[in-house]
Amino acid sequence: MSSSTVSGKPLPREVRRRKAAGLPPWMNPPPPWVRALKALAIVLIVLTMAYPLIYVIAMSFAAPEQARAGVVFPTEFSLDAYRVIFEGGTVTTGLRNSLWLTVVGTALSLAFTSTLAWGLARTRQVPGAKAVLIMVLATMFFSAGIIPNFLLVKALGLLDSLWSLIVPGLISAFNMIVIRNFFMNLPGELIEAARIDGAGEWRIFLRIVLPLSKPVLAVMALFYAVGYWNTYFNALLYINDSEQWPIQVVLQQYVLAGVTIPGSLPVADQPPPPPGVTLQMAVIVLATVPILLVYPFLQRYFTKGVLTGAIKG
Amino acid sequence: MSTPTATDTRVEDAARPAPPRRRLTLRQRIWRERWTYTFIIPGALFFLVFAYVPMLGNVVAFQDYTPFRGFGGSPWVGLANFNALFSDPELLIALRNTLIIAALQLVLAFPAPIALALLLDSLMSSRVRRMVQTVVYLPHFLSWVIVISVWQQVFGGGGLVSAVIDGFDIMTNADTFKLLVVAQAVWKDCGWGTIIFFAAIAGIPQDRYEAAAIDGAGAWQRMRHVTLPGLVPVATLLLILNIGSILTVGFEQLLLQQPMVGMEAAEVLDTFVYFRGVLGGEWGIATAAGLFKGVIGTVLVLAANKFAKRLGGEGIF
Repeated sequence: MSSSTVSGKPLPREVRRRKAAGLPPWMNPPPPWVRALKALAIVLIVLTMAYPLIYVIAMSFAAPEQARAGVVFPTEFSLDAYRVIFEGGTVTTGLRNSLWLTVVGTALSLAFTSTLAWGLARTRQVPGAKAVLIMVLATMFFSAGIIPNFLLVKALGLLDSLWSLIVPGLISAFNMIVIRNFFMNLPGELIEAARIDGAGEWRIFLRIVLPLSKPVLAVMALFYAVGYWNTYFNALLYINDSEQWPIQVVLQQYVLAGVTIPGSLPVADQPPPPPGVTLQMAVIVLATVPILLVYPFLQRYFTKGVLTGAIKG
Repeated sequence: MSTPTATDTRVEDAARPAPPRRRLTLRQRIWRERWTYTFIIPGALFFLVFAYVPMLGNVVAFQDYTPFRGFGGSPWVGLANFNALFSDPELLIALRNTLIIAALQLVLAFPAPIALALLLDSLMSSRVRRMVQTVVYLPHFLSWVIVISVWQQVFGGGGLVSAVIDGFDIMTNADTFKLLVVAQAVWKDCGWGTIIFFAAIAGIPQDRYEAAAIDGAGAWQRMRHVTLPGLVPVATLLLILNIGSILTVGFEQLLLQQPMVGMEAAEVLDTFVYFRGVLGGEWGIATAAGLFKGVIGTVLVLAANKFAKRLGGEGIF
């Protein structure tokens, strides 16, 4: 079948390479020096992106002498930093607050976003739905600003409560549009049939619409969850009580503002505490781990999530 | 967006069961959809209370507001807050920094994802490409607190680089700070930004490449004359969106680093509002600054959209 048997001569090298790579016949593989250059660029980019994170993780486990001396990569390891941090309490409180915020916030955001999206999916049949949709879309092009939002949260008595980090941002207009687009492309016959059978609007939503929309709901859940986990400024703005701080504020205090981590000061008759730098690294790692844990699941979906919103939204 | 099953009817088009021939009155239509409103009302109320009520809060910009007296009791001062604002030297610093950083972002950070997408697209092995994508998307999901903490540990005093080069510390250098801000933004979001360009590249018909190749165009020329023009619509759209948020330059990023480099280098409009209003208690001036920023942002996005349409491209609305 191949042309080499027809002509009886071996194919030129570049044609053989092209075939091996599965390229279309008009595309020639690039010359070696271009390939080398590209490989170099890719290696540099990957190192720039990944090495800082790997370094921080490694240093959080570094033995005290190496951490104090400052090395490019530690070779001796110790768990002391994590032990001290979990004994200290402040970081644990921060992690607990963030966990609560992420779980409760994501559940509520998802519930309110998807119900609104279903309510606005049939703007032609529901009087007033179009007006509400326009009202929601308009919020994507302006925002009231920091001070009016602060005054509102204060007036509602939400200051110093973790609810202040959930309620004002409960529904993202952008996410609502993405879910609505998905709902509008669901098979209409199925829903119509359910209506004919006498199923109510809520029954249809809970039994048919939501189960069919698992992929988009997964993406939105993960986007919301990442947002709640990463909450920093709103917490700074609305929460003064350090017992209520989410992990990002705790991290900022210990790593950037230079507040001393409890347990990092030497105490008489006790073994010397791990150096401040390993403790800081360990706090960074603890604040990052949940993101790293959901990331592989996130990755399966997020191209779809970004594109449905960006192109159709 | 792909439809889960092979059907043509969409939810939007699906008729109600046995639609009556006669036209329903508005009241009847509302009654028929009464359960649908239980879906709409909570969300609509949310947007009214948390997006539109705060808009009213902007009246503070025209008042000598104190929280004790409230909106009703604070005296109206007309444009006095705006007068005070525009003669404030700190605002000028904030405005200048905002514009410089925005310009640098536009020139240096905006093209970065396009370049990265082109590079990754030109890779032969899709396995390598997926691996690289996994790595470069990740920083997008890290908070600014984490990103800056990590940078501090790598590029700050006593960090990784200073272990090799003695005394190296770019995190506290006020002169190069604006470039540092752009570099951090590229590190965090350049990879993520490629997703949308990949989609655009995937949408370019293969026969265009084939035709170009038959006409003798090499790989480089195909990229310049086929791929790049294919990216123009998406790039325009993103540019419009970016211009609308030109006065919003990495608020958390700058707020977090201001203590390290000082106000002169790192004050932008948003940090000005935060420090003056929430911390300084000058509610009127801070709100005026926020309102100024909001209005300019909205005007810019509308203008950019109109401009894009006039150039023959597609706007976003």
